[in-house]
Amino acid sequence: MRIKQEHGLSLHLEWSINEKVAFEVALGASFSGRRAAAIMKQVGLNVAADPLMSAAYTGVKGGFIAVVADDPGPHSSQTEQDSRFYAMMAKLPVLDPASPAEARDFVPRAFDLSEQYEIPVILRPTTRVCHARQDLELRPFSPEVRPPDFEKDPSRWAATPKFRLLLHRALNQKIEKIAREPDLYPRLANPISHTGPSGKGPLPACIVASGVALAHAEEILNDLGIQNQVPLYRVPMPFPLPTGFREELLAHYAKVLVLEESYPVIELQLQNKERVFGRANDTVPKAGELLPELVEKILRKFLGLPPAQLFEPPGIPGRRPTLCAGCPHRAAFFAIKKAFPKAVYPGDIGCYTLGLNLGAVDTVLCMGAAIGLATGFYHTYNTGAENQPPIAATIGDSTFFHAGIPALLNAVVQGARFVLVILDNSTTAMTGQQPTPAGGTTLDGRKVPQVSIGAIAKACGARFVETGDPYELKEFTALLKQAGEHAKEPQGGVAVVIAKRPCLMDRKHPQSWTRKQITINEKCKGCDFCVKHFECPALQSQGDKLPVLVDHSLCSGCGVCVQVCPNQAIEIVSEKEV
Amino acid sequence: MQQIIISGVGGQGVLYVTRLLAEAALAQGRHILLSETHGMAQRGGNVISHLKVGGKSGPTASQDLPVSHQAAFEFTSPLIRPGRANILLALHPDGIAAHSYYLRPDGRAYCNASDEGKCNFIDATGIASELKSPVSANLVLLGFALGSGELFCLPEEVERLLNSTGGKRMEINLAAFHAGLQRAAEKLSR
Repeated sequence: MRIKQEHGLSLHLEWSINEKVAFEVALGASFSGRRAAAIMKQVGLNVAADPLMSAAYTGVKGGFIAVVADDPGPHSSQTEQDSRFYAMMAKLPVLDPASPAEARDFVPRAFDLSEQYEIPVILRPTTRVCHARQDLELRPFSPEVRPPDFEKDPSRWAATPKFRLLLHRALNQKIEKIAREPDLYPRLANPISHTGPSGKGPLPACIVASGVALAHAEEILNDLGIQNQVPLYRVPMPFPLPTGFREELLAHYAKVLVLEESYPVIELQLQNKERVFGRANDTVPKAGELLPELVEKILRKFLGLPPAQLFEPPGIPGRRPTLCAGCPHRAAFFAIKKAFPKAVYPGDIGCYTLGLNLGAVDTVLCMGAAIGLATGFYHTYNTGAENQPPIAATIGDSTFFHAGIPALLNAVVQGARFVLVILDNSTTAMTGQQPTPAGGTTLDGRKVPQVSIGAIAKACGARFVETGDPYELKEFTALLKQAGEHAKEPQGGVAVVIAKRPCLMDRKHPQSWTRKQITINEKCKGCDFCVKHFECPALQSQGDKLPVLVDHSLCSGCGVCVQVCPNQAIEIVSEKEV
Repeated sequence: MQQIIISGVGGQGVLYVTRLLAEAALAQGRHILLSETHGMAQRGGNVISHLKVGGKSGPTASQDLPVSHQAAFEFTSPLIRPGRANILLALHPDGIAAHSYYLRPDGRAYCNASDEGKCNFIDATGIASELKSPVSANLVLLGFALGSGELFCLPEEVERLLNSTGGKRMEINLAAFHAGLQRAAEKLSR
């Protein structure tokens, strides 16, 4: 957005509702002959898989890139899935950068490739490329602005199955040609003659790597002083693996080690379990991130070098993440637990997944799944058990817009009964405070219509839709109980409660509460109820039977904890505007 | 060249310290490569940055590097391997136990801890609280570490960067940084 403004670029940029929609919006630009990109993470591509598969057949007009970040580890995701397999399944080329600088270089190449073959191209960085920074020069922006020109061609853009077969054949031809692009052929990252001394047969071993695993391997070979002894191939395009590369490797080397993340995409295309070493023969672990220390261990073993000196991480558990001090979600979860102590709690994806810590989240599957799972829980208990447990599902406002609406509609029309709490903090907090449709402003500051969550819930057919403030713990708990009654009434159904209170970290919102000075009085028996069940980081246990301590550097002054303590030991000293 | 681990808890300003040091390296004409923690871990979980700073460019800097490395940046991996870091800046006392394994045997750790018993420990949060800005503990610790003279850049170079940031927090950031430097002068000089 900053670059768009600084360079006066004439382009549309949006934070879309979800990845499928983002993919289609960008595709519309490409069908009209302009360049476009849709950017998402791997689980987003799951959502966008439908247009991805189909667009591979229709092809594109203006250069089209799907930038899809994978998360080996995983650090902040549900899966370690490898989006390069999506490229394989869709029969699309995928580029795999090893660094931010290489990602920068791949983007113009990907656009050219996409335009030359009229095919979508996937650029697949991983977490360690996305969250790395390095000094690099920005390339100048192309001043060319193409006028949009959508040429009607029903046999492509509206292809029926008959034409789809032809498109599939055309796609096969495209991908075969792309496999012969000379500049995408793997190259040696180190200066070694890759052919063995003539007449002496193949060289003993080489390494084939892509992505950040290549970056690790390169540095490690340097550190070991063997960068000029072991051939290291850089694979810019793991699929389609360029024609002839497999034959070249197997002719020149006795053994090949493949280092890639996170699944064996290059390795499977090399098709040789006896001489190609990787995940298929347990040389490389099948799960988890290829950290550089692990790459070093694999390399040393493969090359017959002694193991490195071990520096092991201590076996201490890391600090678990928690909701911020003053987070309105914490208050909402506390109220949910209080109103429905023995409920099933389907949860969802966002900061509020951390409701786990408060025991108010039982499931975390994928975006929007809280509502679908709640519907499934309801019907299965309704048909298979005498006693129906209460069900209290939670979903954030952005996630509701992303994938919750069809699920709510389905729940209503399938006659499900549960309480759905939409945690509305008026932003997309987890990913960096992007706007939601309820705000009426786009990411780049344009005014657009505001969309009401309550009105959508009603339009989905929910007959109980109420809004409350989770900071008002007593009233909010009463509202939840009312919703619980509606779910049980003969005429009732899905009851929607919107927990409305802006995110504290969102500086776009004026401070919405009066900051209170909190203190612990003599009634505190050190029962640690607040620490265990409210889990505010500003309330710290001093140990058994010792009074709880307020960390004023963390305390937001929301004052909700005053309503939490069973012994009235937390009190407000003063209210002040800060 | 230097490999630096900066660790702490989400919200303590690990990224800010990392970027200040990276800027200082760039101002010296060095290459940098760094890795940051984002996402859920930022909500109070362990946060760690890896910063790799290249040798100085130009004729004076090439002496400490083997000939084969002179042409390019020494680092390609954005992560520091265990046992390889020269410096650990721990903004939280947990960082010493959790992340010391990244240090070389001759590496140095600088730690924010209320107990100043060890020579490289400083009560950065306490000092920052006295300045009425406990969140500035990151800059107290940075000043302290730079005061040791063990890092690739001088305190003045980071001070120049802090001076150029402007904004409401500049004064308090500078005060915190100076307080850390002061403590280093008292504690680390012999």
